[in-house]
Amino acid sequence: MRELFEETIERVLSDLVTPELIAEAERGAWPDLLWQAIIDTGLGPAAAPEALGGVGGSWHDSFALIRAAGRHAAPLPLAETIAVNWLLGLAGLDAAQGAASLGTGTGTLSNGHYSGSVADVPWGGSVDDVLVVASGSAPELVLLPRANAQVSQAWNVAREPRDLLIFSDAAPVARAPLPAGSSSEIIAQTGAMIRAAQIAGGLARLLHVATDYANQRVQFGRPIGKFQAIQHQLALLAEQTALASAAAEMAFALSAAGPAPFAIAGAKSVASEAAGQGAAIAHAVLGAIGFTYEHSLHFTTRRLWSWRAEFGSQTYWAQSLGQAMCGAGGTGFWPALTGAMAIDAQETT
Amino acid sequence: MSLTDFAFAPIPPQAEALRDEVRRFLEREMANIPALVRADSWLGYDADFSRRLGEAGLVGITLPKRFGGREGGAFARYVVSEELLAAGAPVSAHWIADRQSAPLLMHYGTPAQQERYIPGIARGETFFCIGMSEPNSGSDLASIGSRATPAPDGKGWVLNGRKIWTTNGHRSHYMIALVRTAGREDDRHGGMSQFVIDLKAPGVTVRPIQDLTGHEHFNEVFFDDVKLDQDSLVGVEGNGWNQVMAELAFERSGPERFLSSMTLLHTLIDEIGTQPDALQSFHIGRIAARLMALRAMSLSVTAELDAGGDPAWAASCVKDIGTALEQELPEIGQLLDTAEPRVNSGSDHAQVLAYLTQLAPSFSLRGGTREILRGILARGLGAR
Ligand SMILES: Cc1cc2nc3c(=O)[nH]c(=O)nc-3n(C[C@H](O)[C@H](O)[C@H](O)COP(=O)(O)OP(=O)(O)OC[C@H]3O[C@@H](n4cnc5c(N)ncnc54)[C@H](O)[C@@H]3O)c2cc1C
Repeated sequence: MRELFEETIERVLSDLVTPELIAEAERGAWPDLLWQAIIDTGLGPAAAPEALGGVGGSWHDSFALIRAAGRHAAPLPLAETIAVNWLLGLAGLDAAQGAASLGTGTGTLSNGHYSGSVADVPWGGSVDDVLVVASGSAPELVLLPRANAQVSQAWNVAREPRDLLIFSDAAPVARAPLPAGSSSEIIAQTGAMIRAAQIAGGLARLLHVATDYANQRVQFGRPIGKFQAIQHQLALLAEQTALASAAAEMAFALSAAGPAPFAIAGAKSVASEAAGQGAAIAHAVLGAIGFTYEHSLHFTTRRLWSWRAEFGSQTYWAQSLGQAMCGAGGTGFWPALTGAMAIDAQETT
Repeated sequence: MSLTDFAFAPIPPQAEALRDEVRRFLEREMANIPALVRADSWLGYDADFSRRLGEAGLVGITLPKRFGGREGGAFARYVVSEELLAAGAPVSAHWIADRQSAPLLMHYGTPAQQERYIPGIARGETFFCIGMSEPNSGSDLASIGSRATPAPDGKGWVLNGRKIWTTNGHRSHYMIALVRTAGREDDRHGGMSQFVIDLKAPGVTVRPIQDLTGHEHFNEVFFDDVKLDQDSLVGVEGNGWNQVMAELAFERSGPERFLSSMTLLHTLIDEIGTQPDALQSFHIGRIAARLMALRAMSLSVTAELDAGGDPAWAASCVKDIGTALEQELPEIGQLLDTAEPRVNSGSDHAQVLAYLTQLAPSFSLRGGTREILRGILARGLGAR
């Protein structure tokens, strides 16, 4: 499934996500054509079960889709929609019909209606539905119609919408108890996972652009890629790309039955650090041209600077992992680490 | 797939099942080994330990059963290796033989050579060292000058020259050395060959070199008219360079390239306790996260090696990131202000911190320096 996913998404995104389209989206336009093309591929519910309106791909398969969305800086909630549909599937709910997003809020259900505010919702003002956790003694996953929210717009560094939605007494589209074994951090964990994969994609693009540039730009009579100082910068960028990609993919692979807390904390922590380091290297290698709006480098670097902070920063996730690891103690550390990375025997057979 | 895609490669359940067996062995055998000894990691030499490990069937995991091996796969070997490293087991005596000499001999050796060396390796009793570096040839390995010339009587070779930094040269039975058999020093990659050298042979002199901690791990090895029989040539004459490069993929991608400082991480976590403050939880979590990512990368390289691929680029990538992490640990121990480092005194943690602070610089030298690895990475990316 993964190869088919990758081919399909690659074709659509490389055809349609041009610098002009991203620039337009930054000025507030919803990329209708692109969204329609994505809907036509049927990949929105890529990781939802077929019985619930999905394609039946695994969550691990959708890593490739989300990383591709990151690599192309696709200016719409593709990663979010795939993630929401995966979570709905885990909870036994039908996939959402249109564009969906997710957010961490503190709202509650009363008489089956949701009230509360949900901050920093990706494309919160444009999507059809938003998935949140309603807190309480028995937290629930609740899919809310955006039309019922009061929207207050906000944007990240890449000028992607990160809106505040306020719901009062909103009737959910669907609701269900949290999937077995998951915590009320499920939204943050899932968000962290998709951002880690997007960061891995963004870094892969930076590596590609920086390497090409280093082989073309001539100074002192030769391509700057011949200078060892530049070569080592590219090597470091490749290392950060590899770290982010390996960590993110592992988080997806280990989350087949629901978010794997340690792997996700590790992935977002590693990817967030890589994002900052990678962006700095790419800008150093590209010189002044990379600092212009005209060159498309910034579409990726500004996203990396945004994504590393979203759904929990490096600090947040490292601390959460560190708490657990210190709790395990010196002798418990290694068993905890290997245990967190072991795949369930049943899943591989 | 691009170079930076380290596809997820979980440890198969059969290999994972070996973990308990290793842990039980270690619980038994490591109970009285103090933290400072564990801190030596794969520099820790204990011939008895290696033999007992061999008796337990935990050496030579991938070697054929007819030679006393286990015929396990690369992942089984990985599980055993990482458990030994994480526990700080003193594995240095047999480590090089198990990690690279045996695979080299299984791949390029003659049946007679395999018959002669492999069973002892699988028992954890025959120890090998690596003779690559020379006084004037470190990173620039292709410039080596040690030379084997055909023996005047037409049988075998006569070796002259000198190797240096040979880990365990003074307590190994054999060295696999890269030397020149033809061509001149300026003939870069041609004319080099690998030989198995019996370190007790006449004309071999091994002189230990103290490292900065005062320990003797590595050596200078002199060859004066050392007679090598025909069967000491490994593989094809003149193919030494390619054989060594293949060996390096095994040498560079394993868990020993990011687990060398584990004992310090363990004492550090114990020192911090179960209620870390914000700075402590951040740094322990950050290291744990990087370890997980590196382990995932290293497992991915293992899968590729196992499938017969040539993951030289990926192995260099793992080693460069991994050794940086190992070197960072003493710095984090210092940054978290847990203890003043102490020698021959103080707490376990203070002593391990002192020891690893001193050892850390070597992590990015042995097995190829950071700068050389980054050059390999850049070339692989297409920068030239
Ligand atoms: C603890 C330890 C154990 C070892 N064990 C063994 C062993 O068992 N067998 C064995 O054969 N060897 C062994 N070595 C040797 C090791 O392989 C060499 O130290 C290593 O290859 C570097 O060589 P060098 O020390 O001569 O440094 P040099 O090559 O002289 O390098 C010095 C500095 O110059 C840099 N440099 C060199 N060339 C370049 C270049 N082209 N571009 C940029 N920078 C460059 C290096 O990166 C380094 O920073 C061991 C080393 C150590 C520290």
